[in-house]
Amino acid sequence: MTYREAVRDALGSAMRKDEDVFIMGEDIAEMGGSMAVTQGLLEEFGPERVRNTPISEMAIVGAGIGAAMAGMRPVVEIMYEDFLTLSLEQIVNQAAKHRYMSGGQLKVPLTVRTQGGAGWSPGAQHAQQLEAWLVHVPGLKVAYPSMPEDVRGLLWTAIYDDNPVILFEHRLLYPVKGQVPEELEPIPLGKARTIREGTDVTVIAIGPLVHRAVGAAKQAEEEGISVEIIDPRTLQPLDEDALVASVKKTNRAVVAHEAVTRMGFGAEVAAVLQYKAFDYLDAPIERVGAKFAPLAFAPVMEQFIIPQPEDVLAAIKRTVGK
Amino acid sequence: MAKVEKKRALNEETLRDFLRGMLLIRRFEEHVEERFRAGDLPGFLHVAIGQEAVAVGVCQAMEEGDVFASTHRAHGHTLARGTPPKAVMAELYGKIEGCSRGYGGSMHLYDLERGNFGANAVIGGGLPHVTGAGLAFKLRDEPRVALAFFGDGATNIGTFHESLNLAQLWKTKTVFVCENNHWAESTPGWQHSPVWDDMSKRALAFDMRSIKVDGQDVEAVFEAAHEALEFARSGEGPVFLDVETYRMHGHFIGDPQVYRTKEDREEAADNDPITRLRERLALGDDEFKAFDDQANQIVEEALEFAQNGTDPQPEDALKNVYA
Repeated sequence: MTYREAVRDALGSAMRKDEDVFIMGEDIAEMGGSMAVTQGLLEEFGPERVRNTPISEMAIVGAGIGAAMAGMRPVVEIMYEDFLTLSLEQIVNQAAKHRYMSGGQLKVPLTVRTQGGAGWSPGAQHAQQLEAWLVHVPGLKVAYPSMPEDVRGLLWTAIYDDNPVILFEHRLLYPVKGQVPEELEPIPLGKARTIREGTDVTVIAIGPLVHRAVGAAKQAEEEGISVEIIDPRTLQPLDEDALVASVKKTNRAVVAHEAVTRMGFGAEVAAVLQYKAFDYLDAPIERVGAKFAPLAFAPVMEQFIIPQPEDVLAAIKRTVGK
Repeated sequence: MAKVEKKRALNEETLRDFLRGMLLIRRFEEHVEERFRAGDLPGFLHVAIGQEAVAVGVCQAMEEGDVFASTHRAHGHTLARGTPPKAVMAELYGKIEGCSRGYGGSMHLYDLERGNFGANAVIGGGLPHVTGAGLAFKLRDEPRVALAFFGDGATNIGTFHESLNLAQLWKTKTVFVCENNHWAESTPGWQHSPVWDDMSKRALAFDMRSIKVDGQDVEAVFEAAHEALEFARSGEGPVFLDVETYRMHGHFIGDPQVYRTKEDREEAADNDPITRLRERLALGDDEFKAFDDQANQIVEEALEFAQNGTDPQPEDALKNVYA
């Protein structure tokens, strides 16, 4: 099953099970979504539950919040995470805070799906990685699965979580194939996944960097370096125990994401590791991410900005002094 | 656009109840102002003095099961919908007996039991919510309506336009109540909107049904709100309630209102909805005083209750972040 099919399967399964689940977003009905994720859902569930919206990101998220507060479990799609910025008022000030400000009276079981990612030269407004913005906000849960099995299981859990969950998908991951269980298995939020076991260095990677880290690990292995790869899968809550346990074993860490390195999610991971595994670290924690620039259009510049497998490999080697 | 003629359909006792509700808000707000100036109350507070008829008229027209979103100026709406004055006052004091358990404060009053989806301190913040809740009621075929209060200042923000568009497009069970008090904080209507003196033109742009009503006449507000709510409840579409009202005090407590002329303030004072209702009911001084004493007593009891309320533990701050 591809990553794209896995997302669709989670949506369809939840909508089949539960009348309270419906989806809305731009171009998701007849067109099946700009990433073709929701293809076929209109035919199965009809226009009441597969709702094309105007280009109104604040209203899409905000109406999702209202429907959630009224007892439904909406899943809204923000076509590009760059456009998530338009809906941030509703996500940050509203969805994240209604439960808190009401002293626990309200709940907002809303799922916001979005996607982004570079590597196809759309320029600076269609490929950013903004997950760090959302992880910073108490009241939100944030997931960023890298594998078909994970996106299927985590999206399902997000839909049935009573909190607002932001689920990041990556454009280049949609065609990625992976094994999935016959029956949809929910995956709890806040549980990391060990992608690959190793003994010399732990790479903590998210999204497409998981796949780039796998490539880098294979090359490192040829040079005698044993790499463990952990994918947190959920960024909030974060499975700190799994990350710390791995680093205590390998004594070295690389954190990797496609978002800009500075103030990125990896900065928080590095802080957690230095605090909880300080005595175990044999090398400075390495960070891999995009260079501090908007995404350029020209393919050579875009590729220069975003982290490549070679960048992960170089970081791995620095931790072991090679 | 329908102009609601006064039908005078409400009986005297109902109007007396409305007067009780309006006086409760007025005296509540006055006590709040006084306690804030005395340094008793933390935070940032906005009183609804002058707009009591809107709160009472609209909230009395709502049915059980209806939900609403309020604004930073929320005390009146919350009281009018039936949240006990003690719980509202305790919230202003940051006590756990408060209607938001001390987590919200004046600008974030909630009461889920009475359909209060929250007072919102971001202008226009609640408008998409009532669009979505109104959609949910429609999808589930429930005879409920979601209603939002907001001011004329909110008609310039994106959520307003996105919400009205979506609500009309999908015929959600929603009522948008624009309390046009002609002030966006310190900026007068004529400086912030090309249609400041006729906000229903905003609804026209979305092909939305609108009803214009004098917000100082509680009876007219009730009739108009009832009509709007029943239209929305029927599933025929949302309604924009264009309510002309007056903010008799400043934007916030302590606002010196240097931006406001003496004439403007006098005009507001001359349009006191409580005076209007008192005249309509032809109440003599003694009779009116009895209503007033009762309101003051309720507020004083609420004050005493709140002042003797329980402070949260500091570490309670980490609860309720997630469900």
